[in-house]
Amino acid sequence: MNLFLPESGLVIWMLVAFSILFFVLAKFAWPGIMQSITKRQEHIADSLRKADEAVKTLESLQEKGNKIIAEAQAEQVKMVQETKELNQKMIAEAKAKAESEAAKIIEAANEQIKRDKEDAIKELRQEVAALSIEMAEKVLKKELADKKAQSNYVSSLLSSMEKNTPAS
Amino acid sequence: MIKYIKYISLFFTALLFSNGAFAAQEAETEAKEEFNVVETIFSHIGDAYEYHITEINGHPISVPLPVIVRSEERGWFIFCSNKVAHGETYEGFHIAKGGSHDGKIVELNAAGEEVRPFDLSITRNVFALLLSCTILIIIFVPMGCWYKKNPYGVPSKGHNMLEAVILYLDADILEPALGSNKTRFAPYLLTVFFFILINNLMGLIPIFPFGANLTGNISVTMVLALFTYLITNVFGSREYWKDVLWPDVPTFLKAPIPLMPLIEIISTLTKPIALMIRLFANIFAGHMIILVLICLIFIFSAAMGVAVGAGVSVVSIAFSLFMYCLELLVAFIQAYVFTMLSAIFIGLAHEGNEK
Repeated sequence: MNLFLPESGLVIWMLVAFSILFFVLAKFAWPGIMQSITKRQEHIADSLRKADEAVKTLESLQEKGNKIIAEAQAEQVKMVQETKELNQKMIAEAKAKAESEAAKIIEAANEQIKRDKEDAIKELRQEVAALSIEMAEKVLKKELADKKAQSNYVSSLLSSMEKNTPAS
Repeated sequence: MIKYIKYISLFFTALLFSNGAFAAQEAETEAKEEFNVVETIFSHIGDAYEYHITEINGHPISVPLPVIVRSEERGWFIFCSNKVAHGETYEGFHIAKGGSHDGKIVELNAAGEEVRPFDLSITRNVFALLLSCTILIIIFVPMGCWYKKNPYGVPSKGHNMLEAVILYLDADILEPALGSNKTRFAPYLLTVFFFILINNLMGLIPIFPFGANLTGNISVTMVLALFTYLITNVFGSREYWKDVLWPDVPTFLKAPIPLMPLIEIISTLTKPIALMIRLFANIFAGHMIILVLICLIFIFSAAMGVAVGAGVSVVSIAFSLFMYCLELLVAFIQAYVFTMLSAIFIGLAHEGNEK
């Protein structure tokens, strides 16, 4: 049956036409299509990877930001506390200093008073001694005229002095 | 989308009935001459010098095609096929009826015997071949240019559809079978796939520029298989040739009588021959079944009257509609199978993993 036998004319036409079709499509159609498909696939894969990376970066940035804020807050709290402590310490120190100064001033004053008092006593004693000497001179002058009365008087003076002289 | 599907199915249904209708007209005119089933079927499946469309009141309506022949004694002749269509003789050529050259253009030699000239006529199949190649070039060359210009652009609907098919082939055939070598062989395999697919589909449309049963012709499948065979062997690796010529078997099987090399060489031939016959037989048989189902109407009406024939036509058309759907599926499957097996053969020979 000639249906199952190849026909030379058709074989030749087929060889020629299919070869032309193959070369035309291989030159002008398939490389462009295949390359662009590959390019697009790579582009999509690349974009997905980039998006993933961007999300990761964003997350890490957020984390970093949160960390920074938390650190800053801690620092702030610490600073406020430190300031307060310093303040209290300064106040306490000032107080202590003032107290000690005051105590010193009071002591000095007390000492001065004591010294003045001693000086005054010393002066008083000299004054008293001078007065006594003057008095004794006058008495002596007067009494030296009356010998009997003199001796009586001396003895009376002495007796009165013994009674009136302070213990010191 | 659903709208388009509706149109397409309507179109196919219409075609199917027109197919039945033209056959019916044919039968009316031939009813008295006795309806020749074998001739009808084979003239539809086989090749012809003209595009027969229908027959009205005994006058055939057909599209003539150019006849190109070279007589051994008289040289080249180019003429229109309608000059010899109805048994006439033109420039000594006529179409043989019966005999070993049935249906072909012959001339009479000196002894008065019918001999065939060298025949390069644009027959129905050659016409379909050229048409399909033109359509493929018109579709894919602008598409390739567009893709080259806009690699990141958004493809149009048609390009997107074709791209989906190409991507499927790439992921399902090229990548697994060829791996990193796919850029080298992808052009051939994609060309083969779309060539077979478009011709399978064009063969299913039963009106003028289509319906030629090209992929159901053994000459065409033979050339396709020959291309696969050549590419397989030309790009075969050293390991592939070693496996063919000096396989790993005990030496007495290889020398002095090269028994295993002979078997291996035959096995390299059987693969493309299987490709050739698979595609040819599938498409051939599909067309044949549809034609037989349509012819059943006329067989029954001739044998038992027109009423019975009309009754049978309902069943026949239902069955042939089913067969059309099946053929639509087969059109894709056979294109896919041919491409996949070609890719596997080429891949195995190229990588040297032949076993």
